[in-house]
Amino acid sequence: MQDIITVSGLSKTYATGFTALKNVNLGIRRGEIFALLGPNGAGKTTLIGIVCGTVNPSAGTVTVDGHDNVTDFRAARSLIGLVPQELTTDAFESVWATVSFSRGLFGKPKNPAYIEKILKDLSLWDKKDNKIMTLSGGMKRRVLIAKALSHEPKILFLDEPTAGVDVELRKDMWQVVRDLRAAGVTIILTTHYIEEAEDMADRIGVISKGEIILVEEKKELMRKLGQKRLTLQLQERLSSLPAGLFGASQLSLSNDGDELTYTYDTQAERTGITRLLASLNEAGIRFRDLSTKQSSLEEIFVGLVHQDRNGGAK
Amino acid sequence: MNWRAIHAIYRFEMARTARTLMQSILAPVISTSLYFVVFGAAIGSRITTMEGVDYGSFIVPGLIMLTLLMQSVMNASFGIYFPKFTGTIYELLSAPISFIEIVIGYVGAAATKSIILGLIILATSWLFVPVRIAHPVWMISFLVLTAVTFSLLGFIIGIWADGFEKLQIVPLLIITPLTFLGGAFYSVNVLPPFWQVVTFVNPIVYLISGFRWSFYEVADVSVGISIGMTLAFLVACIVVVWWIFKTGYRLKN
Repeated sequence: MQDIITVSGLSKTYATGFTALKNVNLGIRRGEIFALLGPNGAGKTTLIGIVCGTVNPSAGTVTVDGHDNVTDFRAARSLIGLVPQELTTDAFESVWATVSFSRGLFGKPKNPAYIEKILKDLSLWDKKDNKIMTLSGGMKRRVLIAKALSHEPKILFLDEPTAGVDVELRKDMWQVVRDLRAAGVTIILTTHYIEEAEDMADRIGVISKGEIILVEEKKELMRKLGQKRLTLQLQERLSSLPAGLFGASQLSLSNDGDELTYTYDTQAERTGITRLLASLNEAGIRFRDLSTKQSSLEEIFVGLVHQDRNGGAK
Repeated sequence: MNWRAIHAIYRFEMARTARTLMQSILAPVISTSLYFVVFGAAIGSRITTMEGVDYGSFIVPGLIMLTLLMQSVMNASFGIYFPKFTGTIYELLSAPISFIEIVIGYVGAAATKSIILGLIILATSWLFVPVRIAHPVWMISFLVLTAVTFSLLGFIIGIWADGFEKLQIVPLLIITPLTFLGGAFYSVNVLPPFWQVVTFVNPIVYLISGFRWSFYEVADVSVGISIGMTLAFLVACIVVVWWIFKTGYRLKN
Protein backbone atom coordinates (compact mmCIF):
# COMPACT_ATOMS: atom_id res chain seq x y z
CA MET A 1 0.00 0.00 0.00
CA GLN A 2 1.25 3.47 -0.88
CA ASP A 3 2.07 5.74 2.06
CA ILE A 4 -0.11 8.84 2.35
CA ILE A 5 2.30 10.57 4.74
CA THR A 6 6.07 10.20 4.58
CA VAL A 7 8.19 11.68 7.33
CA SER A 8 11.93 11.65 6.58
CA GLY A 9 14.80 12.57 8.84
CA LEU A 10 12.64 14.84 10.96
CA SER A 11 14.34 16.55 13.89
CA LYS A 12 13.19 19.29 16.18
CA THR A 13 15.16 21.23 18.75
CA TYR A 14 13.23 23.97 20.51
CA ALA A 15 14.73 27.37 21.26
CA THR A 16 15.10 26.25 24.87
CA GLY A 17 17.58 23.61 23.67
CA PHE A 18 15.16 20.76 24.26
CA THR A 19 15.34 18.16 21.51
CA ALA A 20 11.83 16.87 20.96
CA LEU A 21 12.46 14.76 17.87
CA LYS A 22 15.59 12.99 16.68
CA ASN A 23 15.79 11.92 13.05
CA VAL A 24 12.28 10.49 12.85
CA ASN A 25 11.31 8.42 9.81
CA LEU A 26 7.75 7.25 9.52
CA GLY A 27 5.30 6.23 6.83
CA ILE A 28 1.55 6.32 7.34
CA ARG A 29 -0.42 4.04 5.04
CA ARG A 30 -3.45 5.19 3.15
CA GLY A 31 -6.67 4.39 4.93
CA GLU A 32 -5.23 2.99 8.11
CA ILE A 33 -5.75 3.90 11.73
CA PHE A 34 -2.31 4.52 13.15
CA ALA A 35 -1.90 4.87 16.89
CA LEU A 36 1.10 6.77 18.17
CA LEU A 37 1.90 5.83 21.72
CA GLY A 38 4.45 7.26 24.05
CA PRO A 39 4.89 8.74 27.49
CA ASN A 40 4.34 12.44 28.15
CA GLY A 41 7.01 14.58 26.51
CA ALA A 42 8.01 11.84 24.08
CA GLY A 43 7.41 14.09 21.06
CA LYS A 44 3.96 12.98 19.91
CA THR A 45 2.44 16.44 19.77
CA THR A 46 5.59 17.95 18.21
CA LEU A 47 5.50 15.34 15.46
CA ILE A 48 1.84 16.06 14.74
CA GLY A 49 2.51 19.80 14.89
CA ILE A 50 5.22 19.60 12.27
CA VAL A 51 3.11 17.50 9.90
CA CYS A 52 0.17 19.90 10.28
CA GLY A 53 2.23 23.09 10.01
CA THR A 54 1.93 24.52 13.53
CA VAL A 55 5.57 23.78 14.41
CA ASN A 56 8.65 24.46 12.29
CA PRO A 57 10.98 21.47 11.91
CA SER A 58 14.72 21.89 12.56
CA ALA A 59 15.57 19.34 9.86
CA GLY A 60 13.84 16.83 7.64
CA THR A 61 10.86 16.75 5.32
CA VAL A 62 7.23 15.70 5.37
CA THR A 63 5.22 14.83 2.28
CA VAL A 64 1.46 14.48 2.37
CA ASP A 65 -0.02 12.53 -0.53
CA GLY A 66 3.03 13.50 -2.59
CA HIS A 67 2.98 17.19 -1.60
CA ASP A 68 5.89 18.61 0.42
CA ASN A 69 4.30 20.24 3.44
CA VAL A 70 6.54 23.34 3.21
CA THR A 71 6.97 24.09 -0.48
CA ASP A 72 3.49 22.88 -1.42
CA PHE A 73 1.80 23.58 1.89
CA ARG A 74 -1.58 24.51 0.44
CA ALA A 75 -2.10 21.14 -1.21
CA ALA A 76 -0.64 19.28 1.77
CA ARG A 77 -2.61 21.08 4.49
CA SER A 78 -5.92 21.03 2.65
CA LEU A 79 -5.90 17.24 3.02
CA ILE A 80 -5.45 17.31 6.79
CA GLY A 81 -7.85 17.85 9.66
CA LEU A 82 -6.33 18.42 13.09
CA VAL A 83 -7.97 17.94 16.48
CA PRO A 84 -5.56 19.44 19.00
CA GLN A 85 -4.93 18.10 22.44
CA GLU A 86 -5.91 21.25 24.31
CA LEU A 87 -9.52 22.41 24.32
CA THR A 88 -8.78 25.52 22.31
CA THR A 89 -12.05 27.00 21.18
CA ASP A 90 -13.52 30.42 20.65
CA ALA A 91 -15.77 31.54 23.45
CA PHE A 92 -18.43 33.79 21.99
CA GLU A 93 -19.02 32.12 18.65
CA SER A 94 -21.88 29.72 18.08
CA VAL A 95 -21.10 26.09 17.24
CA TRP A 96 -22.50 26.53 13.76
CA ALA A 97 -20.45 29.69 13.11
CA THR A 98 -17.14 28.22 14.27
CA VAL A 99 -17.54 25.02 12.24
CA SER A 100 -18.54 27.00 9.14
CA PHE A 101 -15.54 29.29 9.72
CA SER A 102 -13.21 26.30 9.66
CA ARG A 103 -14.62 25.14 6.36
CA GLY A 104 -14.12 28.58 4.84
CA LEU A 105 -10.58 28.79 6.20
CA PHE A 106 -9.72 25.64 4.27
CA GLY A 107 -11.08 27.20 1.10
CA LYS A 108 -14.11 24.99 0.70
CA PRO A 109 -17.41 26.40 -0.64
CA LYS A 110 -20.32 26.53 1.77
CA ASN A 111 -22.17 23.28 2.30
CA PRO A 112 -24.74 23.60 5.08
CA ALA A 113 -26.04 20.08 4.49
CA TYR A 114 -22.60 18.62 5.14
CA ILE A 115 -22.05 20.70 8.29
CA GLU A 116 -25.47 19.61 9.48
CA LYS A 117 -24.49 15.98 8.97
CA ILE A 118 -21.26 16.36 10.97
CA LEU A 119 -23.04 18.09 13.82
CA LYS A 120 -25.70 15.39 13.88
CA ASP A 121 -23.11 12.60 13.80
CA LEU A 122 -21.37 14.19 16.76
CA SER A 123 -24.63 14.82 18.64
CA LEU A 124 -24.06 18.56 18.44
CA TRP A 125 -27.05 19.45 16.33
CA ASP A 126 -29.24 20.66 19.19
CA LYS A 127 -26.36 22.85 20.39
CA LYS A 128 -25.64 24.45 17.04
CA ASP A 129 -26.78 27.93 18.09
CA ASN A 130 -25.21 27.80 21.55
CA LYS A 131 -22.15 29.84 22.32
CA ILE A 132 -19.15 27.58 22.71
CA MET A 133 -18.35 28.93 26.17
CA THR A 134 -21.62 27.48 27.46
CA LEU A 135 -20.69 23.93 26.44
CA SER A 136 -19.19 21.22 28.64
CA GLY A 137 -15.64 19.96 28.09
CA GLY A 138 -16.83 16.88 26.23
CA MET A 139 -19.01 19.00 23.97
CA LYS A 140 -16.10 21.34 23.23
CA ARG A 141 -14.05 18.30 22.26
CA ARG A 142 -16.77 17.36 19.79
CA VAL A 143 -16.77 20.89 18.42
CA LEU A 144 -13.04 20.56 17.75
CA ILE A 145 -13.65 17.30 15.92
CA ALA A 146 -16.45 18.90 13.92
CA LYS A 147 -14.13 21.77 12.96
CA ALA A 148 -11.44 19.33 11.85
CA LEU A 149 -13.95 17.41 9.73
CA SER A 150 -15.63 20.52 8.29
CA HIS A 151 -13.42 20.60 5.19
CA GLU A 152 -13.72 16.90 4.39
CA PRO A 153 -10.09 15.97 5.10
CA LYS A 154 -8.51 12.79 3.78
CA ILE A 155 -6.30 12.55 6.85
CA LEU A 156 -7.41 13.17 10.41
CA PHE A 157 -5.06 13.78 13.32
CA LEU A 158 -6.54 13.17 16.74
CA ASP A 159 -4.20 14.26 19.51
CA GLU A 160 -5.48 12.70 22.72
CA PRO A 161 -9.09 12.94 21.52
CA THR A 162 -10.67 11.24 24.50
CA ALA A 163 -8.77 12.93 27.32
CA GLY A 164 -11.32 14.09 29.88
CA VAL A 165 -14.24 12.66 27.96
CA ASP A 166 -16.79 10.37 29.59
CA VAL A 167 -17.28 6.77 28.54
CA GLU A 168 -20.51 7.35 26.66
CA LEU A 169 -19.00 10.11 24.60
CA ARG A 170 -15.88 8.09 23.92
CA LYS A 171 -17.99 5.33 22.40
CA ASP A 172 -19.74 7.87 20.16
CA MET A 173 -16.42 9.29 19.07
CA TRP A 174 -14.94 5.96 18.18
CA GLN A 175 -18.02 5.20 16.16
CA VAL A 176 -17.39 8.40 14.21
CA VAL A 177 -13.75 7.36 13.73
CA ARG A 178 -14.78 3.93 12.48
CA ASP A 179 -17.23 5.49 10.03
CA LEU A 180 -14.50 7.80 8.78
CA ARG A 181 -12.13 4.94 8.27
CA ALA A 182 -14.82 3.06 6.39
CA ALA A 183 -15.12 6.15 4.17
CA GLY A 184 -11.40 5.92 3.40
CA VAL A 185 -10.04 8.58 5.77
CA THR A 186 -6.59 7.91 7.18
CA ILE A 187 -6.51 8.44 10.94
CA ILE A 188 -3.53 9.10 13.16
CA LEU A 189 -4.25 9.22 16.85
CA THR A 190 -2.40 9.54 20.08
CA THR A 191 -3.99 8.34 23.23
CA HIS A 192 -3.23 7.51 26.81
CA TYR A 193 -5.98 4.94 26.86
CA ILE A 194 -4.03 2.07 25.44
CA GLU A 195 -7.08 -0.14 25.31
CA GLU A 196 -8.40 2.30 22.71
CA ALA A 197 -5.33 1.86 20.54
CA GLU A 198 -5.65 -1.86 21.05
CA ASP A 199 -9.28 -1.68 20.07
CA MET A 200 -9.03 0.73 17.13
CA ALA A 201 -5.61 0.75 15.53
CA ASP A 202 -4.31 -1.16 12.55
CA ARG A 203 -0.73 -0.27 13.34
CA ILE A 204 1.03 1.02 16.39
CA GLY A 205 4.03 3.29 16.61
CA VAL A 206 5.85 3.80 19.85
CA ILE A 207 7.78 7.00 20.42
CA SER A 208 10.09 7.61 23.34
CA LYS A 209 12.42 10.53 23.95
CA GLY A 210 11.95 11.83 20.41
CA GLU A 211 12.68 8.58 18.66
CA ILE A 212 10.35 6.11 17.02
CA ILE A 213 11.40 2.93 18.73
CA LEU A 214 8.90 0.66 17.04
CA VAL A 215 6.31 0.57 14.28
CA GLU A 216 4.37 -2.64 13.92
CA GLU A 217 1.07 -4.12 12.89
CA LYS A 218 -0.94 -4.27 16.05
CA LYS A 219 -1.61 -7.99 15.74
CA GLU A 220 2.02 -8.70 14.99
CA LEU A 221 3.12 -6.57 17.92
CA MET A 222 0.78 -8.33 20.27
CA ARG A 223 1.96 -11.70 19.01
CA LYS A 224 5.65 -10.87 18.98
CA LEU A 225 5.99 -9.09 22.23
CA GLY A 226 3.06 -10.69 23.92
CA GLN A 227 3.75 -12.34 27.20
CA LYS A 228 1.32 -14.75 28.66
CA ARG A 229 0.53 -15.30 32.26
CA LEU A 230 -0.47 -18.57 33.76
CA THR A 231 -2.40 -18.15 36.98
CA LEU A 232 -2.74 -21.09 39.32
CA GLN A 233 -5.31 -21.02 42.10
CA LEU A 234 -3.80 -22.97 44.96
CA GLN A 235 -5.71 -25.32 47.17
CA GLU A 236 -3.71 -24.34 50.21
CA ARG A 237 -2.29 -20.93 50.91
CA LEU A 238 1.46 -20.53 50.81
CA SER A 239 3.29 -18.14 53.09
CA SER A 240 6.20 -17.94 50.67
CA LEU A 241 7.48 -19.54 47.49
CA PRO A 242 9.16 -22.85 48.33
CA ALA A 243 12.82 -22.93 47.34
CA GLY A 244 13.90 -25.06 44.40
CA LEU A 245 10.79 -24.54 42.29
CA PHE A 246 11.34 -24.48 38.57
CA GLY A 247 11.40 -21.00 36.97
CA ALA A 248 11.40 -19.13 40.27
CA SER A 249 12.36 -15.86 38.58
CA GLN A 250 9.17 -15.98 36.50
CA LEU A 251 6.96 -16.88 39.43
CA SER A 252 5.16 -14.64 41.84
CA LEU A 253 2.84 -15.30 44.72
CA SER A 254 -0.21 -13.15 45.38
CA ASN A 255 -0.40 -11.27 48.65
CA ASP A 256 -2.85 -13.59 50.30
CA GLY A 257 -0.82 -16.57 49.14
CA ASP A 258 -3.53 -18.41 47.23
CA GLU A 259 -2.49 -17.52 43.70
CA LEU A 260 0.69 -18.32 41.86
CA THR A 261 1.45 -16.44 38.62
CA TYR A 262 3.90 -17.68 36.04
CA THR A 263 4.89 -15.23 33.29
CA TYR A 264 6.25 -16.66 30.08
CA ASP A 265 7.08 -15.65 26.55
CA THR A 266 4.89 -17.29 23.91
CA GLN A 267 7.69 -16.90 21.37
CA ALA A 268 10.27 -18.77 23.43
CA GLU A 269 11.31 -22.20 22.26
CA ARG A 270 10.19 -23.66 25.52
CA THR A 271 7.57 -22.05 27.66
CA GLY A 272 8.54 -24.22 30.63
CA ILE A 273 4.96 -24.95 31.58
CA THR A 274 5.39 -28.69 31.65
CA ARG A 275 8.46 -28.47 33.83
CA LEU A 276 6.80 -25.96 36.13
CA LEU A 277 3.82 -28.21 36.66
CA ALA A 278 6.09 -31.19 37.28
CA SER A 279 8.12 -29.16 39.74
CA LEU A 280 4.97 -28.07 41.60
CA ASN A 281 3.84 -31.65 41.76
CA GLU A 282 7.16 -32.67 43.27
CA ALA A 283 6.88 -29.91 45.87
CA GLY A 284 3.41 -31.15 46.72
CA ILE A 285 1.69 -27.93 45.73
CA ARG A 286 -1.75 -28.65 44.38
CA PHE A 287 -4.08 -26.29 42.61
CA ARG A 288 -7.81 -25.95 42.13
CA ASP A 289 -7.87 -24.13 38.84
CA LEU A 290 -5.69 -22.46 36.25
CA SER A 291 -6.05 -19.78 33.60
CA THR A 292 -3.82 -18.07 31.05
CA LYS A 293 -3.99 -14.47 29.88
CA GLN A 294 -2.36 -12.63 26.98
CA SER A 295 -0.65 -9.42 28.07
CA SER A 296 -2.33 -6.21 26.96
CA LEU A 297 -0.86 -3.57 24.74
CA GLU A 298 -0.38 -1.42 27.82
CA GLU A 299 1.91 -3.97 29.38
CA ILE A 300 3.81 -4.33 26.12
CA PHE A 301 4.13 -0.58 25.90
CA VAL A 302 5.34 -0.10 29.45
CA GLY A 303 7.84 -2.88 28.86
CA LEU A 304 9.13 -1.26 25.66
CA VAL A 305 9.52 2.22 27.06
CA HIS A 306 11.16 0.86 30.16
CA GLN A 307 13.60 -1.14 28.06
CA ASP A 308 14.38 1.90 25.97
CA ARG A 309 15.07 4.02 29.04
CA ASN A 310 17.35 1.43 30.54
CA GLY A 311 19.11 1.16 27.18
CA GLY A 312 19.56 4.92 27.09
CA ALA A 313 21.08 5.00 30.54
CA LYS A 314 23.95 2.72 29.59
CA MET B 1 -4.97 32.97 -3.29
CA ASN B 2 -7.48 31.37 -0.94
CA TRP B 3 -10.25 33.98 -1.17
CA ARG B 4 -12.67 31.89 0.82
CA ALA B 5 -10.24 31.89 3.73
CA ILE B 6 -9.89 35.68 3.57
CA HIS B 7 -13.66 35.98 3.48
CA ALA B 8 -14.00 33.60 6.45
CA ILE B 9 -11.48 35.53 8.58
CA TYR B 10 -12.94 38.90 7.58
CA ARG B 11 -16.48 37.79 8.42
CA PHE B 12 -15.36 36.24 11.69
CA GLU B 13 -13.70 39.50 12.73
CA MET B 14 -16.60 41.66 11.60
CA ALA B 15 -18.97 39.43 13.59
CA ARG B 16 -16.81 40.14 16.64
CA THR B 17 -17.11 43.87 15.87
CA ALA B 18 -20.87 43.56 15.51
CA ARG B 19 -21.16 41.90 18.92
CA THR B 20 -19.44 44.85 20.57
CA LEU B 21 -20.88 47.50 18.29
CA MET B 22 -22.45 49.72 20.92
CA GLN B 23 -19.36 50.06 23.07
CA SER B 24 -17.17 50.40 19.99
CA ILE B 25 -19.15 53.34 18.69
CA LEU B 26 -20.33 54.91 21.91
CA ALA B 27 -16.95 55.41 23.53
CA PRO B 28 -15.28 57.32 20.64
CA VAL B 29 -18.40 59.38 20.00
CA ILE B 30 -18.64 60.45 23.64
CA SER B 31 -14.93 61.26 23.91
CA THR B 32 -15.08 63.24 20.66
CA SER B 33 -18.02 65.21 21.95
CA LEU B 34 -16.03 65.96 25.11
CA TYR B 35 -13.10 67.21 23.02
CA PHE B 36 -15.45 69.60 21.27
CA VAL B 37 -16.81 70.86 24.55
CA VAL B 38 -13.32 71.32 26.08
CA PHE B 39 -11.22 72.39 23.11
CA GLY B 40 -13.89 73.77 20.85
CA ALA B 41 -16.10 75.67 23.26
CA ALA B 42 -13.89 76.39 26.28
CA ILE B 43 -10.42 76.92 24.81
CA GLY B 44 -11.61 77.57 21.27
CA SER B 45 -13.48 80.68 22.42
CA ARG B 46 -10.05 82.22 23.26
CA ILE B 47 -8.21 80.99 20.14
CA THR B 48 -10.91 81.58 17.53
CA THR B 49 -8.80 80.69 14.47
CA MET B 50 -5.74 78.60 13.63
CA GLU B 51 -4.07 79.01 10.22
CA GLY B 52 -7.12 80.95 9.14
CA VAL B 53 -9.53 78.15 10.03
CA ASP B 54 -12.11 78.37 12.79
CA TYR B 55 -10.53 76.51 15.73
CA GLY B 56 -13.41 74.10 16.28
CA SER B 57 -13.28 73.08 12.64
CA PHE B 58 -9.48 73.01 12.68
CA ILE B 59 -9.32 70.17 15.22
CA VAL B 60 -11.79 67.89 13.38
CA PRO B 61 -9.17 66.11 11.20
CA GLY B 62 -6.93 65.64 14.27
CA LEU B 63 -9.79 64.14 16.26
CA ILE B 64 -10.65 61.75 13.46
CA MET B 65 -7.01 60.73 13.22
CA LEU B 66 -6.82 60.20 16.97
CA THR B 67 -9.73 57.76 16.83
CA LEU B 68 -8.50 56.16 13.64
CA LEU B 69 -5.01 55.45 14.99
CA MET B 70 -6.19 54.17 18.35
CA GLN B 71 -8.96 52.00 16.94
CA SER B 72 -6.81 50.55 14.16
CA VAL B 73 -4.05 49.54 16.54
CA MET B 74 -6.42 48.20 19.19
CA ASN B 75 -8.71 46.28 16.84
CA ALA B 76 -5.95 44.61 14.90
CA SER B 77 -3.78 43.82 17.91
CA PHE B 78 -6.68 42.30 19.81
CA GLY B 79 -7.92 40.44 16.73
CA ILE B 80 -4.70 38.44 16.36
CA TYR B 81 -3.73 38.37 20.04
CA PHE B 82 -6.94 36.65 21.11
CA PRO B 83 -6.48 33.48 19.00
CA LYS B 84 -2.93 33.34 20.30
CA PHE B 85 -4.21 33.69 23.86
CA THR B 86 -6.95 31.06 23.56
CA GLY B 87 -4.85 28.76 21.37
CA THR B 88 -7.24 28.77 18.40
CA ILE B 89 -4.32 30.11 16.33
CA TYR B 90 -3.49 26.44 15.66
CA GLU B 91 -6.26 26.44 13.11
CA LEU B 92 -4.87 29.41 11.18
CA LEU B 93 -1.42 27.85 11.15
CA SER B 94 -2.65 24.46 9.97
CA ALA B 95 -4.98 25.85 7.29
CA PRO B 96 -3.92 25.99 3.64
CA ILE B 97 -3.41 29.75 3.77
CA SER B 98 -0.36 31.96 3.54
CA PHE B 99 0.44 34.98 5.69
CA ILE B 100 -0.92 37.23 2.96
CA GLU B 101 -4.42 35.84 3.42
CA ILE B 102 -4.21 35.99 7.21
CA VAL B 103 -3.05 39.61 7.10
CA ILE B 104 -5.65 40.69 4.53
CA GLY B 105 -8.39 39.08 6.62
CA TYR B 106 -7.40 40.51 10.00
CA VAL B 107 -6.02 43.87 8.89
CA GLY B 108 -8.88 44.34 6.44
CA ALA B 109 -11.46 43.80 9.16
CA ALA B 110 -9.65 46.02 11.68
CA ALA B 111 -9.22 48.81 9.11
CA THR B 112 -12.87 48.55 8.06
CA LYS B 113 -14.02 49.02 11.62
CA SER B 114 -11.76 52.00 12.26
CA ILE B 115 -12.76 53.65 8.96
CA ILE B 116 -16.42 53.29 9.93
CA LEU B 117 -15.64 54.86 13.31
CA GLY B 118 -13.64 57.64 11.64
CA LEU B 119 -16.64 58.47 9.48
CA ILE B 120 -18.92 58.40 12.53
CA ILE B 121 -16.62 60.91 14.25
CA LEU B 122 -16.75 63.06 11.13
CA ALA B 123 -20.55 62.95 11.22
CA THR B 124 -20.55 63.77 14.94
CA SER B 125 -18.26 66.75 14.29
CA TRP B 126 -20.78 68.09 11.83
CA LEU B 127 -23.23 68.46 14.69
CA PHE B 128 -20.84 70.80 16.55
CA VAL B 129 -18.90 72.79 13.98
CA PRO B 130 -18.96 73.58 10.25
CA VAL B 131 -16.73 71.14 8.36
CA ARG B 132 -15.54 71.65 4.80
CA ILE B 133 -13.83 68.92 2.80
CA ALA B 134 -11.81 70.46 -0.04
CA HIS B 135 -10.47 67.20 -1.46
CA PRO B 136 -12.86 64.31 -0.63
CA VAL B 137 -10.91 61.74 -2.64
CA TRP B 138 -7.66 62.61 -0.85
CA MET B 139 -9.50 62.65 2.45
CA ILE B 140 -10.76 59.08 1.89
CA SER B 141 -7.32 58.04 0.59
CA PHE B 142 -5.59 59.30 3.75
CA LEU B 143 -8.29 57.70 5.87
CA VAL B 144 -7.90 54.28 4.24
CA LEU B 145 -4.11 54.43 4.04
CA THR B 146 -3.77 55.39 7.69
CA ALA B 147 -6.30 52.79 8.84
CA VAL B 148 -4.51 50.03 6.94
CA THR B 149 -1.04 51.13 8.07
CA PHE B 150 -1.94 51.32 11.74
CA SER B 151 -3.95 48.11 11.57
CA LEU B 152 -0.76 46.48 10.32
CA LEU B 153 1.11 48.05 13.23
CA GLY B 154 -1.59 46.71 15.55
CA PHE B 155 -1.26 43.27 14.00
CA ILE B 156 2.48 43.35 14.72
CA ILE B 157 1.84 44.44 18.30
CA GLY B 158 -0.73 41.67 18.71
CA ILE B 159 1.81 39.07 17.64
CA TRP B 160 4.58 40.59 19.74
CA ALA B 161 2.46 40.93 22.90
CA ASP B 162 2.59 38.06 25.35
CA GLY B 163 0.15 39.57 27.82
CA PHE B 164 -2.83 41.89 27.91
CA GLU B 165 -0.69 44.66 29.48
CA LYS B 166 1.59 44.86 26.46
CA LEU B 167 -1.48 45.11 24.28
CA GLN B 168 -2.41 48.31 26.10
CA ILE B 169 1.06 49.79 26.46
CA VAL B 170 1.67 50.76 22.84
CA PRO B 171 -1.63 52.56 22.24
CA LEU B 172 -1.47 54.33 25.60
CA LEU B 173 2.21 55.15 25.86
CA ILE B 174 3.09 55.73 22.22
CA ILE B 175 0.11 56.37 19.96
CA THR B 176 -1.78 58.75 22.25
CA PRO B 177 1.21 60.99 23.14
CA LEU B 178 2.44 61.06 19.56
CA THR B 179 -1.00 62.03 18.34
CA PHE B 180 -1.36 64.82 20.91
CA LEU B 181 2.15 66.06 20.08
CA GLY B 182 1.55 65.51 16.38
CA GLY B 183 -0.55 68.59 15.87
CA ALA B 184 -3.99 67.11 16.44
CA PHE B 185 -5.07 70.25 18.26
CA TYR B 186 -2.69 72.91 16.93
CA SER B 187 -0.58 73.86 13.96
CA VAL B 188 3.06 72.95 14.34
CA ASN B 189 3.86 76.55 13.33
CA VAL B 190 2.71 77.86 16.70
CA LEU B 191 5.49 75.91 18.46
CA PRO B 192 8.93 77.42 19.25
CA PRO B 193 11.51 76.59 16.50
CA PHE B 194 13.30 73.91 18.56
CA TRP B 195 10.09 71.96 19.23
CA GLN B 196 9.10 72.27 15.59
CA VAL B 197 12.24 70.32 14.65
CA VAL B 198 11.55 67.70 17.32
CA THR B 199 7.99 67.40 16.12
CA PHE B 200 9.04 66.45 12.61
CA VAL B 201 10.56 63.21 13.98
CA ASN B 202 7.02 62.22 14.94
CA PRO B 203 5.53 60.24 12.03
CA ILE B 204 1.99 61.14 13.06
CA VAL B 205 2.63 64.80 12.24
CA TYR B 206 2.73 63.86 8.57
CA LEU B 207 -0.51 61.90 8.76
CA ILE B 208 -2.44 64.66 10.51
CA SER B 209 -0.95 67.37 8.31
CA GLY B 210 -1.88 65.59 5.10
CA PHE B 211 -5.31 64.67 6.38
CA ARG B 212 -6.00 68.27 7.45
CA TRP B 213 -4.86 69.52 4.06
CA SER B 214 -7.54 67.37 2.41
CA PHE B 215 -10.09 69.30 4.51
CA TYR B 216 -8.88 72.89 4.63
CA GLU B 217 -5.85 73.03 2.33
CA VAL B 218 -3.64 74.07 5.24
CA ALA B 219 -0.69 71.86 6.08
CA ASP B 220 2.44 71.85 8.27
CA VAL B 221 4.39 69.93 5.67
CA SER B 222 3.82 69.51 1.95
CA VAL B 223 1.23 66.91 0.95
CA GLY B 224 3.80 64.98 -1.09
CA ILE B 225 5.94 64.44 2.00
CA SER B 226 2.85 63.41 3.98
CA ILE B 227 1.92 60.75 1.45
CA GLY B 228 5.54 59.63 1.13
CA MET B 229 5.96 59.23 4.90
CA THR B 230 2.66 57.36 5.23
CA LEU B 231 3.60 54.97 2.43
CA ALA B 232 7.07 54.49 3.92
CA PHE B 233 5.51 53.54 7.24
CA LEU B 234 3.10 51.20 5.45
CA VAL B 235 5.96 49.46 3.66
CA ALA B 236 7.94 49.17 6.91
CA CYS B 237 4.97 47.45 8.58
CA ILE B 238 4.52 45.08 5.63
CA VAL B 239 8.20 44.11 5.82
CA VAL B 240 7.94 43.38 9.55
CA VAL B 241 4.78 41.29 9.03
CA TRP B 242 6.46 39.38 6.20
CA TRP B 243 9.44 38.68 8.46
CA ILE B 244 7.15 37.50 11.27
CA PHE B 245 5.53 34.89 9.07
CA LYS B 246 8.77 33.89 7.43
CA THR B 247 10.40 33.12 10.76
CA GLY B 248 7.25 32.15 12.64
CA TYR B 249 8.19 34.72 15.32
CA ARG B 250 5.95 34.21 18.36
CA LEU B 251 3.60 32.16 16.18
CA LYS B 252 5.36 28.85 15.66
CA ASN B 253 7.91 27.06 17.76
